[in-house]
Amino acid sequence: MGFKQYCFKKSLWVFHFGGASCNNCDIEILDCLTPRYDIERFGMQLVGSIRHADVLLVNGSINRKDRIRLLEIYKQASKPILVVAIGACGCTGGIFAEGNTFAGPVDRIIPVDAYIPGCPPKPEAIIAGIVKLINA
Amino acid sequence: MSRIIPIGPYHPLQEEPELFKLYCEGEIVKDVKWETGYNHRGIEKLSQSKTFDQVFFLVERVCGICSTSHPFAFANCMEEIGDIEIPDRAKYIRTIIGELERIHSHLLWVGLAGHFLGYNTVFMWAWKYREPVLDLFEMITGNRNSYAMFKIGGVRRDIENHKIPRIMETLDIVREKTDLLTGAVLDDPVIHVRTKGVGVLTKEDIINYAAVGPTARASGIGTDVRRDDPYAAYPLVNWKVITAEEGDVFAKAKVRLLEMVESISIIQQCLEGLKKEKEGETEAVVKEIPEGMGTGRAEAPRGEVFHFVKTDGSNYPVRHKIRAPSYVNIATFRKSCIGQSITDATISLAAVDPCYCCTERIAVLYDICSGEKIMNGKELLELSAKRTWEMKS
Amino acid sequence: MLKLHEIEELKEQFGEIVKEVHVRSETRATVTVDPACIVDISRFLFLDLHFRFIIATALETTFGIEILYHFSRDVSGLILNVRVVLDKKNTEIESLTGLLEAANWIEREMHEIMGIYFKNHPNLEKLISDGNWAEGVYPYRESDE
Repeated sequence: MGFKQYCFKKSLWVFHFGGASCNNCDIEILDCLTPRYDIERFGMQLVGSIRHADVLLVNGSINRKDRIRLLEIYKQASKPILVVAIGACGCTGGIFAEGNTFAGPVDRIIPVDAYIPGCPPKPEAIIAGIVKLINA
Repeated sequence: MSRIIPIGPYHPLQEEPELFKLYCEGEIVKDVKWETGYNHRGIEKLSQSKTFDQVFFLVERVCGICSTSHPFAFANCMEEIGDIEIPDRAKYIRTIIGELERIHSHLLWVGLAGHFLGYNTVFMWAWKYREPVLDLFEMITGNRNSYAMFKIGGVRRDIENHKIPRIMETLDIVREKTDLLTGAVLDDPVIHVRTKGVGVLTKEDIINYAAVGPTARASGIGTDVRRDDPYAAYPLVNWKVITAEEGDVFAKAKVRLLEMVESISIIQQCLEGLKKEKEGETEAVVKEIPEGMGTGRAEAPRGEVFHFVKTDGSNYPVRHKIRAPSYVNIATFRKSCIGQSITDATISLAAVDPCYCCTERIAVLYDICSGEKIMNGKELLELSAKRTWEMKS
Repeated sequence: MLKLHEIEELKEQFGEIVKEVHVRSETRATVTVDPACIVDISRFLFLDLHFRFIIATALETTFGIEILYHFSRDVSGLILNVRVVLDKKNTEIESLTGLLEAANWIEREMHEIMGIYFKNHPNLEKLISDGNWAEGVYPYRESDE
């Protein structure tokens, strides 16, 4: 087992970056913490600083202003880090892709390890996506 | 010497990006500036390139929490331009979806307010009791968050009569849990101390800033689109507008909690009304949309949503203007947080129930003098939670 | 044509300045006024008749750049749209911010997306466009595509 796979086996700490989104995906991510889905029993929690995080969750169609901040956050993250693009907007831009301030879906800005499509993806889908990522 | 304390832009518990700079001297906030633009997606321009049916999917995603209010206001607007009358069954279904959304949004707010005060238990419980409401949405519409129920002339899907008993049962459970939460939140002495007298907005402030929704109703100004400019099934059921007088965060919490109870009563009356209507008649026939302009509004959980559309006889809107309630409500943050201590800043802002994706703007706080010491947003939240701990012990 | 007493009072007070009146129903009406008098008309609507300011819309038509100020009278459910038409070459109008704090942000936004200049606005700076699009570009103007 490589060092990276060993590090990411359990208890992932997650940092959430919301780009220009409509918040549906943000609410579904927060829903994962609540008693029905409860990812805290696996040791996963939301952290306040990117330097503490193992996984960077990005959602929302990225604005020109957000793009600069996203790059900075990625540079500040301590590697290795897994990046997950959540929602239709994170994967491809969704319906906002033709807007006049769109700055590319997430994978044109930073390298992405997993995509979880949906509008919004259900919490079960988000958990299944993260599990698939860890097992891969 | 004053300090700048930024809240945001990417803060772990404020889901949307926004940047607030609080200018403080000691512990008291002297001025506030905010910077917006992080959430701007160009929706009004995008809407000009979509046909009227496609615009419904676009405006639903203006905001995820008040996801029904935008299509509601847009549908009211288009039906005014085309002089279209919708059948009663469609009116009841629209009202049911609108009120269910109000319940889930207010429960979400109670959870977030509890988190900002440091009460994570309130956060977990409120969001746990939100789940039955989301299950109802999934049963009726197919999705937990963006429902796609509206079309010009009616609704897309019907609520069949065999689903109604299940909805009534779930509403009884929600009512019981809401009463439990209301009692727990409103009787707690620490919450009284942290929220009474904090973030006060007077009647003059509300009129000057033209604030709407529970923010205005908590200060004694009872503006409510459902009563002032009735639409859908609101004139067909009995309900009342909830107001409070003090204008502080506690009054806003009380107004929202009591509105949830009213919503449950409205839904129950609408379900009774549905049973009497013939199943299947959910839309009116629409031939074309003539040239003209129209305005439509709806009462979202945060206030009045306003849409203006100008048409020219083709299938695309020429100009579509959207105004969300948070646009005017967030501006009142300036009034409600200046003069308070910084530990109260987060709860004053949260009391307005800001929805930045609706606003598509952010605000920046200005600094007074040169000395800068930056404390980040997470430390601010920790400060707020620490104060609650100190009060409890 | 239906007569609304709010519009009759407006016409009585301002006479010739109110150019056109179009009443769609009891709760929807539009009046067209002279741009130079927008502050006086808004003051009359806000202070004397107790209207609430909702929002303002800027759009470009064949007549020029139009601004529609939407006002609401909550006791009767009336939405009154006050329309002014500005010439494309000279898009300047007096700001309403001194009277209504609620107009502050929307005037900044209209300045950014349409290029309208509001005289005497306390801080006509960028609201949403900083970093999002270039200086001097007005994305909602047809001619600027």
